[in-house]
Amino acid sequence: MTGGADEGVYFITGKDFTNAGAASSSLKKLLEDRGVPADIVRRFSIAAFEAEMNAIIYAVAGMMRYSITRDMVKVTLQDMGPGIPDISLAMTEGYSTAPDYIREMGFGSGMGLPNIKKNVDHMTITSVVGEGTTLEFDIALSPSP
Amino acid sequence: MTLEDIQTILNAAVLARRADLGVSIDRAYCADLMSDVLAFSVTNSLLITGLTNAQVIRTAEIADIRAIVFVQSKRPDMETIALAEGRKIPLLATQLSMFDTCGKLYANGLRSQSVDPA
Repeated sequence: MTGGADEGVYFITGKDFTNAGAASSSLKKLLEDRGVPADIVRRFSIAAFEAEMNAIIYAVAGMMRYSITRDMVKVTLQDMGPGIPDISLAMTEGYSTAPDYIREMGFGSGMGLPNIKKNVDHMTITSVVGEGTTLEFDIALSPSP
Repeated sequence: MTLEDIQTILNAAVLARRADLGVSIDRAYCADLMSDVLAFSVTNSLLITGLTNAQVIRTAEIADIRAIVFVQSKRPDMETIALAEGRKIPLLATQLSMFDTCGKLYANGLRSQSVDPA
């Protein structure tokens, strides 16, 4: 793998389904260009895309910060959304508050947060109802032993 | 099998220009739920779906899907096709139903090898 530390931020606009996934797509390319193994890139990209879609579906806006070092990629997605009243309930597979038009797009089936957790090494969610949600996750960039 | 074999089996139209039909496909996943594609599909497989929006292309790109077949004569709009072309994801469209599409491909040897959800 090549490349030193790299960090940046993507701004996400709520309900902007035209560009939904653009940030995760760019991050995927960044990791590929650094020579990160394909299976790790895929795990990361899926987690980032699920997180990005959540912000687009539920929030007015969000900031997706990333930092990539030789050993780890970390993402912090802070959104201005409704907040999650019960995080353990939101982590339950199949639990969703998404409206029908989101489901018609193929999302909002209540698999997003559990799928992020499945793909990353560490994940934390903090949320304040009426203010927003902050999701952080990281993945080691070297193959697991 | 190759994507060209799949095109023949399904009597499918090729939607994206510059599509490489020689690409080898040995696994497939079928869903209208993109959440399921992200959770359960395997890398480098064929996605069979009835959804035609841009999120399908994004999901395919993120999940390393090799190509997409749209069933039941459904076709994405030009912007979505252009997005797929930019991501080098070949698009096919068949008149067959999702059931018949999966059945024909299975009968010709294609398998899912889905990731164990457990």
